[in-house]
Amino acid sequence: MHGKGSLSIWFFIGTLLTAYGVLILGAGLYELASPPPFPAVLANLHASIWWGAVLLILGLIYFIRFYPKRK
Amino acid sequence: MLLPFALFLQAAPEKLLSLHPVDLVIIALYFAMVLGIGFYLKRYTKTGEDFFLAGRDMTAWVAGLSFVAANLGSLELMGWAGSAYQYGILATHWYWIGAIPAMLFLGLVMMPFYYISKTHSVPGYLKLRFGEPARAVSAVSFALMTVLMSGINMYSMALVLKIILGWDISLSIWISSLTVAAYVFLGGLLSAIFNEVLQFFLIWLGALVISILGLIEAGGWSGMVRRIHANFPDQDYTHLWRGLGDFTANPMGIHWTGIVLGLGFVISFGYWTTDFLVVQRVLAARDLRSAKMAPIIGSAFKMAVPFIVILPGLLALAVLPEKLVGESVAGSGAHTYNEVLPLMLARYCGPGLLGLGITALIAGFMSGMAGNVSAFATVWTYDIYRALIRKTASDLHYVAMGRWCTVIGVLISIGTAYLVMQFLSIMDYVQALFATFIAPLFGTVILGMLWKRATPAGGFWGLLVGTGGSLAMWIWLRIDPAALNYIALSPHAKPMAEDMYRALWSWILCVMVTIVVSLLTKPKAHEELAGLVYGATEVPSEGHLPLYQRPVFWAGVVGLLFVVLNLIFW
Repeated sequence: MHGKGSLSIWFFIGTLLTAYGVLILGAGLYELASPPPFPAVLANLHASIWWGAVLLILGLIYFIRFYPKRK
Repeated sequence: MLLPFALFLQAAPEKLLSLHPVDLVIIALYFAMVLGIGFYLKRYTKTGEDFFLAGRDMTAWVAGLSFVAANLGSLELMGWAGSAYQYGILATHWYWIGAIPAMLFLGLVMMPFYYISKTHSVPGYLKLRFGEPARAVSAVSFALMTVLMSGINMYSMALVLKIILGWDISLSIWISSLTVAAYVFLGGLLSAIFNEVLQFFLIWLGALVISILGLIEAGGWSGMVRRIHANFPDQDYTHLWRGLGDFTANPMGIHWTGIVLGLGFVISFGYWTTDFLVVQRVLAARDLRSAKMAPIIGSAFKMAVPFIVILPGLLALAVLPEKLVGESVAGSGAHTYNEVLPLMLARYCGPGLLGLGITALIAGFMSGMAGNVSAFATVWTYDIYRALIRKTASDLHYVAMGRWCTVIGVLISIGTAYLVMQFLSIMDYVQALFATFIAPLFGTVILGMLWKRATPAGGFWGLLVGTGGSLAMWIWLRIDPAALNYIALSPHAKPMAEDMYRALWSWILCVMVTIVVSLLTKPKAHEELAGLVYGATEVPSEGHLPLYQRPVFWAGVVGLLFVVLNLIFW
């Protein structure tokens, strides 16, 4: 899975998904604290929170599993 | 497919969405990451094998995901979501029967010949099998079509960003294309493949949330079907095959023979087995088993794509309060079919998720464009420059040519993008030319691989006459629209149906000419065909592998799932 480099493609994916998870989860929590005047449909489900959490967990799994020092 | 999209772009309504700072950070992070990958991989792309074939070191998973991602452009995402709203579940045929059998065939039957022959490209295989003239015809045509398609995709992306977000067209074109040029210039195919795998994840994660939320709102699949029937009682939008017995009994105006023979056989097999844009990803696999497994893995993911592309279109039929309209009446202020995906994105996604969705669209465009650019660089350098212009030079020289050719290819594409801006209707023409060009090419390649008696003269003349024939039919239809009755077998056939039948006829023409000319000319000696043709090539046995490691086993699993899905949605 490492192709030719010492860093795996999955490590890059893990890094980006972790960052996205933090940002989207944060945006969801902010929305929860101060709801927008015109919320999206099904805003009561707080999709940003759970989808952000999914990205964060997925990203961390890839990040930790393919972190270069752990090879 | 592209003409409605072109009209949609021309209609250019006011911007649909507004981004928040967190969305912009998400998009900026994406650009930083793809460029970072390019800079990181530059040190690993020193030889021609590294730059043009990613060192032939990709695992089956990486090659397989890249194989399917190179095809998953945003033009395709938005266009097919719009088609699903317009034609219903029929659009799924382009993902299932229009892809899966061909991808499995590529993995099991054709990959051994591509891989064992050690060719670097599809035109390169034609050179080994049929000689220089056949390679020249396919290389020049492919290079031309590739930069043209790349420019059209680029322009479409810039216009979509303008329509959805109000961004400046030129700025979008230059930033996105120079980003692609930079990472392909730096890391070649290796960089393109790494980024395509990343883009594949982003496309899925950005689009899947729409389907999940849509199904929740509609009350699951059965709730969605009920709502569609209530909203559109006169149309059958939810059955794959039931309405295909008659041209007039389905919204696409197509007969099942067109779907099975034109799409499922000629166009699908032509695209997935001979279009170098996708085949190049599989040639980068590290061994023959990986090369055979890559299209099979890709086919499993391809089969799932309707759940993020077609499903949002169907959900829109169920939940959107307004009715979307065709592009020809887009000026009335109503939203058009092709706006389905952005509309559904705006419906469900707040700050953050919106940025992820837009990043998915940008990632789709960039993966498609990187695919075009890296394939163009390889075909230009190896099949045109080295074959016709400078035959003896160092490997370093060809790598340098490949790098600069990437930049030049992107600049030509930008020029094409501005040309398209002036003459938007050529999008449809180029798509038609592209679709029909690969049909005869498939005829030539498949006969070359499976029939030892096919001769160099047969291959060359079959390809030339087949391509010329498809162009002649296209011109005939423009001069005399009544020709539709002969070419597509029905005056009711829509443009998509017309493409299916034209591809079928041009393939038959190519095969017939190849067979007749081959029988009249001298065949190649048996030993010259080793590694190129079935019956003259020793394909390594996989009998010693456990069942779960054999490509044929997984192809069987995917094939079975393909049949079951078609029966479920019959």
